[in-house]
Amino acid sequence: MLIKTSLFTLCFFLVACATPSKAPESLYKEIGGQATIEAITNNFIKEVSFNETIYRYFEKSNIKRFREKFNEHLCVSTGGPCTYTGDTMLKVHQGQKINETDFNTTVDLLVSAMAKAGLTYPQQNRVLKVLAPMRDDMLYK
Amino acid sequence: MNKVMINVLGVSFGLLFALPVLASDGKLLATAGLSQLEGSGGGGLVPWATLAGYDSQDDIAASAFMTDVNVTDYRLTSIGAAACFYDRVELSYAQQTFDLPVGLVKALGTGEIKQDVIGVKVRLYGDAVYSAYPQVSVGLQHKQLDSDFIASYLGAKNDSGTDFYVAATKVHLAAVAGYNLVWNLTARATKANEMGLLGYGGPDNNDYQVMLEGSVGVLLSPKWVVGMEYRQKPNNLSSVEEDDWTDVFVSYLPNKNFNITAAYADLGTVATKKDQKGIYLSMTGYLW
Repeated sequence: MLIKTSLFTLCFFLVACATPSKAPESLYKEIGGQATIEAITNNFIKEVSFNETIYRYFEKSNIKRFREKFNEHLCVSTGGPCTYTGDTMLKVHQGQKINETDFNTTVDLLVSAMAKAGLTYPQQNRVLKVLAPMRDDMLYK
Repeated sequence: MNKVMINVLGVSFGLLFALPVLASDGKLLATAGLSQLEGSGGGGLVPWATLAGYDSQDDIAASAFMTDVNVTDYRLTSIGAAACFYDRVELSYAQQTFDLPVGLVKALGTGEIKQDVIGVKVRLYGDAVYSAYPQVSVGLQHKQLDSDFIASYLGAKNDSGTDFYVAATKVHLAAVAGYNLVWNLTARATKANEMGLLGYGGPDNNDYQVMLEGSVGVLLSPKWVVGMEYRQKPNNLSSVEEDDWTDVFVSYLPNKNFNITAAYADLGTVATKKDQKGIYLSMTGYLW
């Protein structure tokens, strides 16, 4: 009985995984478009400014520019109608020597920023999925 | 759960909540996984490629766990600890106590079987969440029975043995309707009868055999995971049939200091007793 249930559930997972994820464009719209993107960015900046460890990395940043580029980046990443005009992720993070612990803490801050902007847990995961491959250009550079 | 266990749980609870700032914080929540029955980081029945602590590449971590499996005719308690170094090496220790039912105690003249397990695991590749391919680790579990009385009575060839395994673990972000999916596949070379509690090797087979073990889970939220596990088992003793193990589990991981798991386990026939099903409870505390 248990094994049958297991197999059934496993099949369900495999089918679920095989189904292509929705077009990214719908994610931008689904989470509420530009207003939500800007809310996430503002929340993220606030989260960072209250975190002593992570704030270190942003001390010399131009917050106005960061806000603008981060908005563009999130918008493009979620399939929104924007153009990213900032530097590459590698260039932005190079020389900062971001370690794994701080990287993961920053992910936690971004998750918190998304939750406060009203994104559901699955929506947060879908945003992270798009951003996750960029980690290689950020860590220990 | 027996009284000692409840006391230990109580003390651990107090300790964990009194010292929340000490736990290592280098990984994402839930990526340290749970504690496996033999002390390794993993699921409950299956060792995973993930390590048992929240250490990053730059620090170390330590955790302690206790697990209680209460099935129809038997009870198994496992307590232990693990230390992880730089998200690379995991050392673990577990002591298992297998309580026999009264009927067998009278026949055998002993009430319990005790076994110590020392584990070593090395992460070879990857990060379960971020790398393109699954995180892969290799490990071993060296096990020693306190007494070979029951093992040799049943025909086992040895009272100690070493399992070798390779495990692959991957988290797929947003894979199931936006929820994160985690899976693990482990191949284990073993001679152990019922995890070693009934000794190693036997009249039917005394060679290493490769057993497959797997887990799959879904994160319903950052703090709740549901899933299932499967563990294939050898059949070395003609006197006592041995079945594969399965469970379905739900885990609660409120923070990086503590998690608790409840599962419904189906262990099949164990040491002549059929249909061994019941509740599996486990908790892990992360000390630093």
